[in-house]
Amino acid sequence: MDDAHALVQVRDLVKHFPIRQGIIMQKQVGAVRAVDGISFDVYKGETLGLVGESGCGKSTTGRTVIQLFRPTAGSVAFDGVDLVNLKGNELRLLRRKMQMIFQDPYASLNPRMTAGEIVGEPLLIHRVVKDAEIEDRVANLLEMVGLNPSFADRYPHEFSGGQRQRIGVARALALQPSFIVCDEPISALDVSIQAQVVNLLEDLQKEFNLTYLFIAHDLSMVRHISNRIAVMYLGIIAELAGRDELYRKPLHPYTQALLSAVPIPDPVADAKRERIILNGDVPSPINPPTGCRFRTRCRFAEDICAEQQPEFREVKPAHLVACHFAEKFL
Amino acid sequence: MPDALLDVQELEVAFKTPEGEVHAVNGVSFGLKEGESLGVVGESGCGKSVTMLSALRLIPSPPGRVVAGKANFMGNDLLEMSKEELRHIRGAQISMVFQDPMTSLNPVLTVGRQLIEPLMLHLGMTQDQARARAAQLLNMVGISYAKQRLGDFPHQFSGGMRQRVMIAMALSCSPQILIADEPTTALDVTIQAQIIDLVRQLRDELGMALIWITHDLGVVAGLAQRVLVMYGGLVIEEGTVNELFANPLHPYTLGLLGSLPRVDEKGHPRLVSIDGAPPVLFEKPNSCPFAPRCKYAIERCWKENPPLMDVSTAHRVACWNWESVRTEKARSYG
Repeated sequence: MDDAHALVQVRDLVKHFPIRQGIIMQKQVGAVRAVDGISFDVYKGETLGLVGESGCGKSTTGRTVIQLFRPTAGSVAFDGVDLVNLKGNELRLLRRKMQMIFQDPYASLNPRMTAGEIVGEPLLIHRVVKDAEIEDRVANLLEMVGLNPSFADRYPHEFSGGQRQRIGVARALALQPSFIVCDEPISALDVSIQAQVVNLLEDLQKEFNLTYLFIAHDLSMVRHISNRIAVMYLGIIAELAGRDELYRKPLHPYTQALLSAVPIPDPVADAKRERIILNGDVPSPINPPTGCRFRTRCRFAEDICAEQQPEFREVKPAHLVACHFAEKFL
Repeated sequence: MPDALLDVQELEVAFKTPEGEVHAVNGVSFGLKEGESLGVVGESGCGKSVTMLSALRLIPSPPGRVVAGKANFMGNDLLEMSKEELRHIRGAQISMVFQDPMTSLNPVLTVGRQLIEPLMLHLGMTQDQARARAAQLLNMVGISYAKQRLGDFPHQFSGGMRQRVMIAMALSCSPQILIADEPTTALDVTIQAQIIDLVRQLRDELGMALIWITHDLGVVAGLAQRVLVMYGGLVIEEGTVNELFANPLHPYTLGLLGSLPRVDEKGHPRLVSIDGAPPVLFEKPNSCPFAPRCKYAIERCWKENPPLMDVSTAHRVACWNWESVRTEKARSYG
């Protein structure tokens, strides 16, 4: 994984949320182990897809990487600089380079600010352009994401879902970042609008050489937009591989089940597929299973899976898996 | 369709809003045969849920109003029936599963109580009989320790389990029609696969007809025999599932299929996006509602709303240009 071109290097990242009890004498009685020791790199100019079901820790990972949450343990390096120990102004300077696009375009825009104010706010806070130039720059940004610059005076409620997400994209681009965390940016949108936003993200990536961490639960969309994909399950990464490799030859039983569960919009191809139906639900991240976290739902689980947590290891060049029996699927 | 179990004719529904009357459904007709699985596809606001809800008189009125149309169930019009008659049909012969299992179960009643109620009401069972049957039903939808879990409240179940409870409830009186309104949209893919698998299996076992409302074309491909595609409160294309996916002719259906990346995608094609956004109709459309977003639109599309036209016995489409769409498609595929 040690690649000179890695823009973001995440090592053994852990994020636990404490559970407290009591009102005055609060004491910690447990922790939600949202992210529990994950390592990955994001290479310059690529899109790394991060998929998993709800509660697997994918959004927490995204937020911890750009230090919206401070990690419980582990390190995050951005362009060689360790972010975990940075504070105040030093961190603020680097934040310009790391931005985020949120899932819900209805909740992530302040309803009392106009589109222009929303997009211009990062410029104002970071003082990267003179006040007089902000208006021009905002118009420029709106145009870049396919919105009419004359809409700058309108409020969020006057826009449709797809247009609002474009405002969110423009805001993320305002400081000319090199790295953007896209946290389910299209999940809240209608199918025909999703494609518009995905195409926009792809165009912008090409134009500005952006690096994306693309978080989603829609495996077809992730395949479409990503170069490499990491599959998360209950706070750990189960498998990480190149896009085509992962979909052609998934090595982790969870990835295999996940891929087989995705409906294909083609009745002929859909009927031909083998489906793996998983039993039960995802266990609680407060008290995850011992050993391999997937073992409670795994078709191949054996005794060793309960005893030892499988190492996240390179089974094939550039294909990492956390399963004791990954070799068997090669 | 005379042999249809459910036959909806020219249904029109409108809602009063502060901005004016919104015409959500604008003349929808379809039939459902015994044991048939029908998929209804469309984006939010296309009228797919409202069509089914208003056929069962489940829309809040006011603001909703059925303007015109019929919904014949075994020869009787559901829209004309007295409330008393309707009560014997809803939940017993036609039942429904809703999108959000968190809000459609009563949080202050145990799951058992909610399951027992329809059994005692519709089938006249005694409390003990109903209890035993309720446990059986929970077992059937794959909930273990069914008997003990009857005493649990909805919040003690996970999302997928709650949806199973909803399905058990809907199936409790062995309905002839099960209407499922986006039942898996709020769930994760592996749980969605569990639920679809369950419904498919129960459908084949019990021989009921199924109407599955969804925005996900992938789900429909694996589940339905016939598909309706809706847009702007109208059915714009209708066909058997194989015909519709192999040979889509309405520019909207084409766009919808093109905008979906596939998990078995080869290479990296650019997604086809449909420009613009779905319309909000303040009057009944008298031109094609898709015309503003359509790249094939001709002058006629702005003047006359196309009716559903027969392409073959298994395929109907509401587009003035379907023949030229077909030739163009044939040409681009060589």
